[in-house]
Amino acid sequence: MTDATTPTPKRASLLAVDERTRKRNAAEARFKIYGIVAICVGVLSLVVLLAAILSNGIPAFQRTVVQVPVTVTQEQYDAAESTLFKTKEYEGLFVAALSAELTSAGIEADISSGALERLVGKVGNNLRQFYTANEVQLGQEVLFEVPAASRIDRYFKGTLAVENITADNRFIQPQDLDVAEAMKDAGLMATVFDWNFITGVDTGVDNPGGAGIGASVLGSLLMMFVVLFLALPIGVAASIYLEEFAPKNRLTDFIEVNISNLAAVPSIVFGILGLAVFIQYMHLPQSAPLVGGFVLTLMTLPTIIISTRASLKSVPPSIRDAALGVGASKMQAVFHHVLPLAAPGILTGTIIGLAQALGETAPLLLIGMVGFVARYPETFLGGLEGPNSALPAQIYNWVSRSDAVFTEKAWGGIIILLIFLLTMNIIAILLRRRFERRW
Amino acid sequence: MSVAWLLTALVLLSLAGFFIVKGRALASADGDRRSLHSLPNYYGYNAMLLVFVPAFFVMCAWLVLQPILIGASVSSEFSEQNLTEDMNMSLVMSDVRRVADGLDQAIAKGAIGEDEAEEVAADLDGLKTLLSSVGVVLGSDVSDDIVASAQDYRGMAGTWSVIRDVVVLILAVAGFAYAWSRTNASFRARNTVERAVLALLIGAAFIAILTTVGIIYSLIFNTVEFFRLYPASEFFFLLEWAPSFSGRGGSSSLGVLPLLWGTLYISLVALAVAVPVGLLSAIYLSEYASPAVRGIAKPLLEVLAGIPTIVYGLFALLTVGPFLVSFFGDEGYLGVNWMGGGTAVMTAGLVMGIMLIPFVSSLSDDIINAVPQAMRDGSLGIGATQSETIRQVVLPAALPGIVGAILLAASRAIGETMIVVLGAGAAARLSLNPFEAMTTITAKIVSQLTGDSDFASPEALVAFALGMTLFIITLGLNVFALFIVRKYREQYE
Repeated sequence: MTDATTPTPKRASLLAVDERTRKRNAAEARFKIYGIVAICVGVLSLVVLLAAILSNGIPAFQRTVVQVPVTVTQEQYDAAESTLFKTKEYEGLFVAALSAELTSAGIEADISSGALERLVGKVGNNLRQFYTANEVQLGQEVLFEVPAASRIDRYFKGTLAVENITADNRFIQPQDLDVAEAMKDAGLMATVFDWNFITGVDTGVDNPGGAGIGASVLGSLLMMFVVLFLALPIGVAASIYLEEFAPKNRLTDFIEVNISNLAAVPSIVFGILGLAVFIQYMHLPQSAPLVGGFVLTLMTLPTIIISTRASLKSVPPSIRDAALGVGASKMQAVFHHVLPLAAPGILTGTIIGLAQALGETAPLLLIGMVGFVARYPETFLGGLEGPNSALPAQIYNWVSRSDAVFTEKAWGGIIILLIFLLTMNIIAILLRRRFERRW
Repeated sequence: MSVAWLLTALVLLSLAGFFIVKGRALASADGDRRSLHSLPNYYGYNAMLLVFVPAFFVMCAWLVLQPILIGASVSSEFSEQNLTEDMNMSLVMSDVRRVADGLDQAIAKGAIGEDEAEEVAADLDGLKTLLSSVGVVLGSDVSDDIVASAQDYRGMAGTWSVIRDVVVLILAVAGFAYAWSRTNASFRARNTVERAVLALLIGAAFIAILTTVGIIYSLIFNTVEFFRLYPASEFFFLLEWAPSFSGRGGSSSLGVLPLLWGTLYISLVALAVAVPVGLLSAIYLSEYASPAVRGIAKPLLEVLAGIPTIVYGLFALLTVGPFLVSFFGDEGYLGVNWMGGGTAVMTAGLVMGIMLIPFVSSLSDDIINAVPQAMRDGSLGIGATQSETIRQVVLPAALPGIVGAILLAASRAIGETMIVVLGAGAAARLSLNPFEAMTTITAKIVSQLTGDSDFASPEALVAFALGMTLFIITLGLNVFALFIVRKYREQYE
């Protein structure tokens, strides 16, 4: 008992805190601060991430347009249609209308065909398509709204490096910016909400401003459709067997180990599986939402099985006993009583699994869903089998192109992706709140 | 008849079977439900299952097997004829398939009639323009033989599809007839249906095993193929990763070590961020925080886990990378010039660390909460401060579980793809500088399999060997982590 004999230091006063206690209290305070700092770091990262997404992505939803009232008479139309370079004629008409507007607004600018191209790109075809389809509009004033050139667009969004523009630049010249500025003041240019970004399809590198995300959203929805219709029934069936019927033996143990391991297998390995089995071996079409859906189904199954089993387990045994007691078979007890009571939990788990699948990119890259998709599928089945992209894969595709406009579009795509995920998660939370039962 | 129509027909037939057989069951009991063995619906279900299930499974198997078998038969014919030395069988077959698909599409879009398809194939240039008009582009090396084989292919596919439809429908009708013949008042319909449903449930549970088998099959099969073309010793021990781009030369150096190093280095940086932050937030949230703070901070942290990895990848490439360059790069605020470009180990590692914070914190939170309150009370009772209790009692008790959580996080980090594809760079190198671009196993799997090189080249097959390496590492980490976590849980329960 050596400890007892060590002389303890005499405390001068019970009111004054001694050195050792002060140290211990300081350590206590420090430790607490570490925790607070750690949480702040985590929350701060989230804030920075969201701020980066919003500040970079919101410009993708806006676009600068040129609005010019144009009047084309029947004679001008006939004359333009009879020439060889028809769109050139229409472009001349547009330039004339634009110049007239500019003079009436008191802006002195020489709008040549080259300057027009730098400001708005090629518009002749737009006019021609409009008038050939609506000949009744000939002779009347029509307000044409055409997207401004991507560099003008970026100038108004503040992402164009103005100081680097020299007079020999093919795409934009310093005086163009002055003209654009003046046009904006005169109401000939305006920044509007870009519906084309939401409904449009991908475009080539020559028209980055016109690229839209609509087709790839559709591709993602088709995949989610496949995942829902495969993963939900299979996952629920597997969980019912494992939770309610499976005897405790080596085989069911093996299945359970399999499921918990599959939940932790990196997603790219599922992509390899999809490539080797579905495409290399079965020769299913490449880049098809159907195959993407298969791969994502296999990936989400473990998530759905785990959450379904948890909600089946939370239904108290008294429910089963009562059903069996009034003469139901085991199968009837499960399907008529346990399953409906577990349904909200199963749905919540399924929605979360779907949200996970919606954001998954890596396996889709391997089965080729990053291709260039320039049109919407015509039919539902054609959409399932035909090549399509998916929302996250389209974002990846845009990032890997060098044009800054595509980068902006990628951020915009991320906002749309996050809106989808947020909606799904809110639905899941509401379902849980509304139907959760405490037994 | 297309598969969709066949499926619709099956559904309609099974619905019809349900009502007809249910009616027969009732009729056999003279309309008195009480003298039936089971509820009338069960007789209907029995018919439905018998009509739908066998026919459906035969259809699925047929869909999988038909292209394989026809492909094999066409390719065997082809090799008997005139396959020249430099022609690759799989490339030839993909051409054959493309021509056949193109003709089918042309017919579907009404560009040519069914009977014209036979004639158009005779004219090679005409065929090319026709197919490109429906969006199928043919290579220049398409020969007459290939077109002839494509015609064979189409012919066989057409014939066998008709046979498939007939067989499936006959099976459905036979199922119905069987159900009909067995239906009478004393037939134990409920027991039969329940047995069948149980079998279906078991089948669903086996999908998990099938998936694992599929993964292992696809990895092993192609890995073996790769090692046949490329020496295994070089793959495991060569310190260089330099695949040739032609896809045909034997001059590629495909050593896994630089990739493995990049993977581990990035994961290490990620864990160095995620473990302290995650663990300390878990400790604060479970030991100190008031319920209100916990109610706000915990969901906020978990939002980080719900964000898709492509978002983190973009964040790394376009926000974190340039930010780091402005400090450590050329002409940066620190004037050190360590960093050449935005993509680097540090960029990817930091962002991956952010992604893993909620993973570490929620797992550790569960484990810390599982430490019995009595242990804390005992420690506090003998005069320890709260932080001393945590450091000397709670954490040691929770240590095995926390180690398990860290291992699971490490396995996540190693398998993560999009962040490293976008944020880590493409150059494989063995270097200690964390501000240099490096690449990982996952990033190289993506780049080797998304290029144009054909599947038979070692440059593409190496991706499967890399996938195998990745699978084994992550599986090992997971099994070990789960083992530790499970063993620890038993101690206090």
